[in-house]
Amino acid sequence: MSDFFAFTPADWQAIWLTLKLCFITTLLLMLLATPLAWWLARGGSWFHTVVQSLVALPLVLPPTVLGFYLLILLGPQGWIGQTLESMGLNHLAFSFNGIVVASLIYSLPFAVQPLQDAFGRLGHRPLEVAASLGASPMDRLLTVVFPLCRGGLVTAATLSFAHTMGEFGVILMLGGSIPGETRVLSVMIYDYAEALDFQNAHRLSLLMLVFSFLILVAVYGRQRRFSLFAQRNVNS
Amino acid sequence: MSLNVSVNWQRDAFCLQLAQSFPSKGVTALYGPSGCGKTSLLRIVAGLERGAMSNVSFNGVDWQNESLCVPLEKRRIGLVFQEASLLPHLDVRANLEYGWRRTKPAQRRLAPEEIYRMLALESLLQHRTDQLSGGQRQRVALGRALMTSPDLLLLDEPLAALDAVAKRQILPYLARVVRDTETPTLLVTHSTDEVLRLADHIGFMENGSVAPVVRLAEALQDPSSPLFADEGAVSVLQGQFVIEGNGGWGMFSTTSYHLHVRSSPEYMSLHSGSTAFQNHRLQIYARDVSIALTDPTQISIQNHLAAKISGLTEKDDGLVLVRLTLADGQLLMAELTSASVSRLGLILGMPVWALVKSAALLQ
Repeated sequence: MSDFFAFTPADWQAIWLTLKLCFITTLLLMLLATPLAWWLARGGSWFHTVVQSLVALPLVLPPTVLGFYLLILLGPQGWIGQTLESMGLNHLAFSFNGIVVASLIYSLPFAVQPLQDAFGRLGHRPLEVAASLGASPMDRLLTVVFPLCRGGLVTAATLSFAHTMGEFGVILMLGGSIPGETRVLSVMIYDYAEALDFQNAHRLSLLMLVFSFLILVAVYGRQRRFSLFAQRNVNS
Repeated sequence: MSLNVSVNWQRDAFCLQLAQSFPSKGVTALYGPSGCGKTSLLRIVAGLERGAMSNVSFNGVDWQNESLCVPLEKRRIGLVFQEASLLPHLDVRANLEYGWRRTKPAQRRLAPEEIYRMLALESLLQHRTDQLSGGQRQRVALGRALMTSPDLLLLDEPLAALDAVAKRQILPYLARVVRDTETPTLLVTHSTDEVLRLADHIGFMENGSVAPVVRLAEALQDPSSPLFADEGAVSVLQGQFVIEGNGGWGMFSTTSYHLHVRSSPEYMSLHSGSTAFQNHRLQIYARDVSIALTDPTQISIQNHLAAKISGLTEKDDGLVLVRLTLADGQLLMAELTSASVSRLGLILGMPVWALVKSAALLQ
């Protein structure tokens, strides 16, 4: 048992790569999803519906389908891959940058949904009040929207992080299993299991199980506290 | 110097169409039933209805026309809604100071201490907003709007969401604020009481259009005024009030006559310390005024005013609304049965005595 948690250097490499992917994806997603969720929360046109559906697609599509189209698009023969190459850059298949792009798309709904809910609940009134008190749009964003939507922001970031960590199919399709480049934990576990190395697979699986559980406990615990707090406010 | 608004706005079944100039002094009430477009009009003035085709200018500065729309934060407007809409993540003091911090020092006409005192906010400053009662929240909202020293105050039914007790408590504050800060105010309301207490001018709204704005005294001359729909015809006299003796009794005087009246406990507590008040309003219902041909001496009613009949309007219910011009030119309405009118032989221009059974001090 004592050496059950003795991670190999290859394990450590996968752990760090996974954390790096999760951090970068979460950071970029928050920058991307915040304005998108704001726009979605404020509009009711048919175009909003189309974009809303596109954002939610990764929830229902098999990851292999997503990964397949990303491979076609971002690979050396793909439209985006070729454009990048003609600009003197590398195409994105089988690269860390590629799986970052994949993660962004794959985890987008998990960032957008909590933010959109929070922005929707906020309503127009606090912003109208702040504007009448002389606050510019950026001022309103920083002093009204962010503080009042803090719960949504934290939930969006946590879920993006956790969901990116659990990503498998898309990465395997687009990134393969290149050590230090695309072999994240989920892929590593698959490789171990394929090689019938169940002890190593078990060690990493258990790590992910516990970590994911703790993240969900944190998110739901927060939501529960938040809704109790909100209920108390309504009752008082 | 005024607020000019022209709107031509069709949205679904609702159409708001008007071109109107509002005085940029004192309180102008926009009075009408719900759904008549008064809140929409207020939101257009605030710049919150971008979709509306409208032209708005205030004191010669264009706020909105075909090619421009000055955003709300640049208009220097104080907004108070039906619900207090305090920012829940800030305590009372931070809510109040939010606008103060964002106002250039040169534009700060009203000092925070002055506003806190006027609205009795000192004891609330440390509270969280969810610890306040409805009336307290609305007082904070009003104070917060004033902290920017706004050029224009827009009040959208500020008391409609409060219960009767809270309403009675906050009305004197509201009256004091709009009078003492001299901030031009547009008040959206469907309450006759608020109009009588607060308004200097009034514009009646119906079905998305507004009748020309008139002075309150002028509006009260119309026997069929919508203001009289609920409680019957009512007159408002302007004068000064001096407290004499105990129990809140005092003398309401104009240049040519006096009335003994009593002030309410709320009134007394708000004005504790002072005993004489200029420019106060006395509300008298037409049903509380009787008419005598000579000045009666053996009668319990103590307020007798010499007057001249300047109008007689028969209503559907067999009652007659008698318009009386008092010695100083102010108008007083009396409601009599047509039988009494013919028995006394009342005609236009006839000198009579108005007997006032009851009167209520406003403000």
